[in-house]
Amino acid sequence: MKEKSIDKATLQMMEKAKCDNVCTAFDRAAQQEPRCGFGELGVCCQQCYMGPCRVDPLGKGAQYGACGIDADGIVARNIARNTAIGASAHSDHGRDVAHNLYMTSQGKAQGYEIKDPVKLMYVAEELSVDTSSGDVKKIAAEVAHKCMAEFGKQEGELIMAQRAPEKQKERWRKLKVMPRGVDREIVEVLHMVHMGMDADYRNLLMFAIKAGLSDGWGGSMIATDLTDIQFGSPNPLRSKANLGVLGENTVNILVHGHEPTLSEMIVKVARTPEMKALAKKKGAEDITVAGICCTANEILMRQGAPLAGNYLMQELAIVTGAVESMVVDVQCIMPGITQVAPCYHTKIITTSKKARIPGAVHYQFEEERAVDIARQIVTESIENYSNRKRDRVQIPKESSDLIAGFTTENVFYHLGGKFRPSFKPLNEGMIQGRLRGVVGVVGCNNTKVVHDYNHVNFVKELLKHDVLVVTTGCSAGCLAKHGFLDPEGGLQYCGNGLKEICVAVGIPPVLHLGSCVDNSRILTACIEMVKEGGIGTDLSQLPVAGSAPEAMSSKATSIALYVAASGIAVHFYPPFQVHGSKKVTEYLTSEMEKDFGAYFIFEGDPKKAAQKIIAHLDKKREALKLKPMMYPPLNGETDKKAAEKQAAVSKS
Amino acid sequence: MSKIVASAAIRGAHSWAEEAEAALKQAIESKGESQKLEFPETAFFLPMAYSLLGMEVKDLAGAKKIMARVRSLLPPVPSEKVWLPYLGPTLDAGIATLLSTEMITALRYLRGELPAQGDQGFISDTILRSLGIQLVDGRMPGFAAILGSAPTNEIAVKVVRELQQRNILVFLCDNNDGKTMRQQLEQEKVELGWDTYIVPLGSDLVSGIYALNWAMRGALTFGGHKRGEFVKCLEYQRDRVFAFGLVFGEVTDRRYAVGAGAINMGFCVIADTDIPEIRPTGVTLFEALVRERNYDKIVPTCIQTRGVKVKVEKVPIPVNYAAAFEGERVRKEQLAVEFGGKASVAFEWLRMKSLDQVEDGKITVVGPDVDTVPDGKSLPIAIIVDVAGRKMQRDFEPILERQIHHLINGAMGVMHVGQRDIVWIRMSKDAKAKGFKARHFGDILHVKLLQNFPSIADKVQVTIYTKKEDVEKLLAEAKKSYAERDARVAGMTDESVDTFYSCTLCQSFAPSHVCMISPERLGLCGAYNWLDGKAAFEINPTGPNQPVVKGETIDPVKGQWDNVNKFVYQKSSKKIEKFNAYSLMESPMTSCGCFECIVAIVPEANGVMIVNREYNGMTPSGMTFSTLASTTGGGLQTPGFLGVGKLYVTSRKFISADGGLARVVWMPKDLKETVRERLEARAKEVGLDDFLNKIADETVCDNAGDLLPFLEKVGHPALTMPPMF
Repeated sequence: MKEKSIDKATLQMMEKAKCDNVCTAFDRAAQQEPRCGFGELGVCCQQCYMGPCRVDPLGKGAQYGACGIDADGIVARNIARNTAIGASAHSDHGRDVAHNLYMTSQGKAQGYEIKDPVKLMYVAEELSVDTSSGDVKKIAAEVAHKCMAEFGKQEGELIMAQRAPEKQKERWRKLKVMPRGVDREIVEVLHMVHMGMDADYRNLLMFAIKAGLSDGWGGSMIATDLTDIQFGSPNPLRSKANLGVLGENTVNILVHGHEPTLSEMIVKVARTPEMKALAKKKGAEDITVAGICCTANEILMRQGAPLAGNYLMQELAIVTGAVESMVVDVQCIMPGITQVAPCYHTKIITTSKKARIPGAVHYQFEEERAVDIARQIVTESIENYSNRKRDRVQIPKESSDLIAGFTTENVFYHLGGKFRPSFKPLNEGMIQGRLRGVVGVVGCNNTKVVHDYNHVNFVKELLKHDVLVVTTGCSAGCLAKHGFLDPEGGLQYCGNGLKEICVAVGIPPVLHLGSCVDNSRILTACIEMVKEGGIGTDLSQLPVAGSAPEAMSSKATSIALYVAASGIAVHFYPPFQVHGSKKVTEYLTSEMEKDFGAYFIFEGDPKKAAQKIIAHLDKKREALKLKPMMYPPLNGETDKKAAEKQAAVSKS
Repeated sequence: MSKIVASAAIRGAHSWAEEAEAALKQAIESKGESQKLEFPETAFFLPMAYSLLGMEVKDLAGAKKIMARVRSLLPPVPSEKVWLPYLGPTLDAGIATLLSTEMITALRYLRGELPAQGDQGFISDTILRSLGIQLVDGRMPGFAAILGSAPTNEIAVKVVRELQQRNILVFLCDNNDGKTMRQQLEQEKVELGWDTYIVPLGSDLVSGIYALNWAMRGALTFGGHKRGEFVKCLEYQRDRVFAFGLVFGEVTDRRYAVGAGAINMGFCVIADTDIPEIRPTGVTLFEALVRERNYDKIVPTCIQTRGVKVKVEKVPIPVNYAAAFEGERVRKEQLAVEFGGKASVAFEWLRMKSLDQVEDGKITVVGPDVDTVPDGKSLPIAIIVDVAGRKMQRDFEPILERQIHHLINGAMGVMHVGQRDIVWIRMSKDAKAKGFKARHFGDILHVKLLQNFPSIADKVQVTIYTKKEDVEKLLAEAKKSYAERDARVAGMTDESVDTFYSCTLCQSFAPSHVCMISPERLGLCGAYNWLDGKAAFEINPTGPNQPVVKGETIDPVKGQWDNVNKFVYQKSSKKIEKFNAYSLMESPMTSCGCFECIVAIVPEANGVMIVNREYNGMTPSGMTFSTLASTTGGGLQTPGFLGVGKLYVTSRKFISADGGLARVVWMPKDLKETVRERLEARAKEVGLDDFLNKIADETVCDNAGDLLPFLEKVGHPALTMPPMF
């Protein structure tokens, strides 16, 4: 495909960028070609100053690094280090949320409150915090403390990991990958990848998995639960996605990054009459706060704030010329934005001490002054409205309707009402053959893949085959833009069984679960499926799978490892940089199943990848002796097997 | 829930709530908040509010509280575009409707507006106790709430009669354009009332609540659930009260709202108009909302959708039917007609079919019947039983088919021997004289299969062929199916599965005995193989056959697994800590007392003897079968003595840890003949030449003294094997 994206708004802005002589990630990525083959295969080692060393994957040149490490060791080390980085990013995010909850409980955080005391009590009980007092602040303080203690815990097992089904936990204990404390596991991996440490690829992978599990069942899970407690558990709500959400005549503030703490406050402040009045005074009709990346997902899930775009659109959003400010916190923020912004009037505002960018204005975020900072940022953005160069403004008209705000907890209600809350209709859907299974499609964008192409085509193929999709992160952003989150429009892609379920419940076929730390919701939802019964006693028996079809970050590595180690097969593309080692590749794509009940699929063609996932779901269905699928796939193509089975049943 | 249905139900719920609120407001204005509010003759106050909200409402002040809860439950109508999920809200709207309609009817009693003469109105606790118990214990298979009037009197009568025939209680309410079904039935002189199972509740839709708050009290009275335990109360309705709604005529918003209330209780709704269906399951047992435009099918559709199990008490045949007749023989002099044996070609074949391919209760006989044959002669026969069920599986076919033997035998004057294509059926002159015909085989199988296997058989139809060419043609097909079934077990090994099945059926007399059935070791009674165990578990998940995941292998040779040990330990009341599936000498499996054969050590011969139950002579062990049985049985581990099924003798796993088949030095001639074919094959497999002739039997000797010289003479392999202990 010649085009670099399948999103019209993106293409329009790429064209505009070209006219405006602005360089974006798409151009810079092209300039990086050809990529270093050693790096791509993961056989380049930079762990010490004797290096960089590299091993010839074709077996002709050097087979060992200067210290004697072989390709397997190098590849495994690189993946392990990558996992540690990703796990620490999610976990530090979780820690910040816990800190914010603690400050709020102490009355030290300006403008914050505890919005979901019910979930607070639930989590408190789980953490063995005494709830008899009913004192929300006191309990919140203890919950926050206990969660923070999980990071530095040296012994025992992570408390949240206890949520996993028994069989799962036994497996982890046997393989010695049950995480003790979040930081403990990450530091251990970092130690192991130091020069002259572990050279045994299998051992390295086990410790990487352990660090990954400390993310999924630790840092990320804490982030999700505490964010729900503090900012309210999401409920289904309406919004819109794509650059068309930017207002022609409104002050446009883009929040970008990952954490909800400041962005929630910016949304809150921007909605006050005081700020609205100021905006009017400055000639704007209103204020639009829209998001990019996972910050977008956080404020979308809880506040219904519109989603401007996903990862690869962060610079293009500025190219519209209609953005007064882009406020960023942590993770996935391209330094390139401060190169694009000067071409327009946009102010780049950094807010985290951990993520400063040359050329940006910095407002250090502090819980104690959150409202003041938010007000300052919003005010400054409003002030900047008059600097907008009208002749340089071009806002694409694309924006799609969407429903977001699904959580493990609210699925109970939506499947049974207040009086019969239950997961049963979901499990029944799979048992009876209306639903083939559930697949989590998550992750980023990557310039190596045509923007959005893999997400869209992978999901289309799944829906056709009656697979319910849950989504988070930039994948959710993509699927929202392309209409899959619209309960009416989404139906056109569904097989008949999936359609019956969607129509019965009133949901789109793709359910938005939140940001990338909210992948933990996929784990908790799977636990509830196991509890409801009839489709397996362990996550690895469920007809479920995960996919990151346009993966980019180290966080994706960590997520993929913890998901697979939790027994859920993972499709991942572009592949882990492991193909320089046959053994590591072999372990991940096959042997891993014996240990963890799941494995990796590295497949670039989204349709083929979906078919492999479908075959995987069918294998699980067969093992569980679930009913044959009720309907042949939409359009009748592919999946001859299902059609044959159908024929066999009706014939007999 | 399609959006159309959801929107209508939510609109309907709002309208019900408004009516209830207005009526309550008026009542409070005229009588004050302290005015008593109650239904006649009930201890459950307003039963819906009592069970769902836990509220004991006695007066109008309490009624206000109910209506406040109703308000909080009422969701907005789903938007035209980009709607939010509506199933949960619609179910809430249903609950609001249940509470509102109950309120409206309670206020009617307060105002002294009693039901019209002949209409039941509120159903008292007394009727609940006398009839409700039948409803929840299954004597009364379910109830139907019929809304509106049928398009014609004829259809009204037909529908009601079909329900009556099945002992299903019918409630009538609501009207279509002023016409009620009660009027229709009265015009057709159909007798109404509790005695005839047709109860008019009232002429308007709101009267429908009387049936629902009657059923709801069942959860409290018979289910033992407490007030306010709403999930338990509603699930009790779904699981125990097989009720459904049948709507004639247009489904209005208010009718949809009542339907949403019923669906919360797990009751499905069937309508005769072109409504959008809700087929996904989970809230209701099967489909929630179904349309059926064909009045011939409407009652069967209701029954199938709700999963009502209709029991026929008596088998409709002209001769007596009871288990007592099972052992009865039909001798030659009594013989009217026979099928199979050596007289004609005959077979039975039970097949799984899909629900739409089976018409329940359809019995067809193709060919001449028994009265066309002179006494003492024979007819060919093919008995083809088609079973459909939502939980039916191919693996259940042989199990149900095996039931045919004892089911047909229960008829007085009918003898049934064998199975599949070695079946032999005889009918006596008495039976023929009383009018027994070929179709009655079908009647027996239809009634009894549904009765005995309610969880898997939903529909049964039987076709009987008595023309030779038909029978022969079908037999070829049946044989294919038999072979397929056999192949399914034959290819299986203990290593190829990760799950075995337990059998604790005999714990009533051997409390510590646990049978462990694996593909290569069938139950010691010979009646259950691994597939049977598996199917039995699926038929009855809480029964004596439970799946046991093998777990870690502790000893692959002796056959010991971690989880199997744990399971046996637990199920033997902590008496048996471990057992070896393939060993006679070390921690062998226990035996109950039902074993077909006993394997016993013969120390002198360094081997084992096998004796079957039917053999009553002396054996080389110095004991008869019955003396041996008292040592072997009782659920104890007795090394050297083992109860087994006949087929196990030819298994690859037959005491394989102790040397296997080569250890067998003696067995009765009859037993040898029974298993000869398999035994020869197995001996050949392990390289034992002419092995059968090396095994002594009672014609050679019945004591150890004479046994040894024989073994030495034939060069029995056991003599040169390592010592057994």
